[in-house]
Amino acid sequence: MTEPLPLVTPAAVATRRRFLIGAAGFAGGMAMVTALPAAAADDRPAAMQAALKAVIGGETAHKGRIKIELPPLVENGNAVPLGVTVESPMTDADHVKAVHVFTEKNPQPNVVSFQLGPRAGTANIQTRMRLADTQIVTAVAEMSDGTFWRDELEVVVTMAACLEDS
Amino acid sequence: MAARALINVPPKAKRGEVIGIKSLISHEMETGFRPNATGQLIPRNIIKEFVCTYNGVEVFRAEFFPSVSANPFVSFTTLATESGTITMTWSGDNGFFATESVAITVE
Repeated sequence: MTEPLPLVTPAAVATRRRFLIGAAGFAGGMAMVTALPAAAADDRPAAMQAALKAVIGGETAHKGRIKIELPPLVENGNAVPLGVTVESPMTDADHVKAVHVFTEKNPQPNVVSFQLGPRAGTANIQTRMRLADTQIVTAVAEMSDGTFWRDELEVVVTMAACLEDS
Repeated sequence: MAARALINVPPKAKRGEVIGIKSLISHEMETGFRPNATGQLIPRNIIKEFVCTYNGVEVFRAEFFPSVSANPFVSFTTLATESGTITMTWSGDNGFFATESVAITVE
């Protein structure tokens, strides 16, 4: 903690903002409000980690068993074919419970969450997603035994979605 | 405004067979992050939830976020267990609700 300064320097404001964002649950005053837009762009990977943590909790998402499919080069980010396949026998005892997809640089880290079970037969899902930028897309599978598996893929996007007119 | 939904389920299947299901619905999936001509953000209007039931039993569910493309398409699989009805429902912002059903014969 720093002592209260008689004169508020930009550095002091930055420290205080960081402190407020870090410690807070409550927003206090203009400093916090003006800090938010600037922070949003930089904190997106952190937001993704937070969204990931909300799903996996304290567990570790191991690499493997799940495979994410996306074209390596995307011309138009508005509708990108996304495929997720998980290796699983899909029996009552051993099946995929859920599949979650996250992005690093879209305005919101979550993309889509699927819930399935032994009645699915296979864990093979396709959909279409938006990509706001060249970035890494992460998919996480939640298994019935409580383990988590992940796969990541980097996608290059030439025309972004989400923020511009489609 | 009735949303147009298309679902594709094989009409016949063998018992225990894994069948592919495809669904597509017309919806703009407005993200809530895009500014309009005057610079104000267009309010979010998305489908939030997609549920597929097989004879009343839920077999697949998806939660959508604004990163899902307009006119959401989802393809997945299910086990053909018995003859009956496969129903899909979509619900979202501004009270959006759509449902579509198809019959399947399992032998």
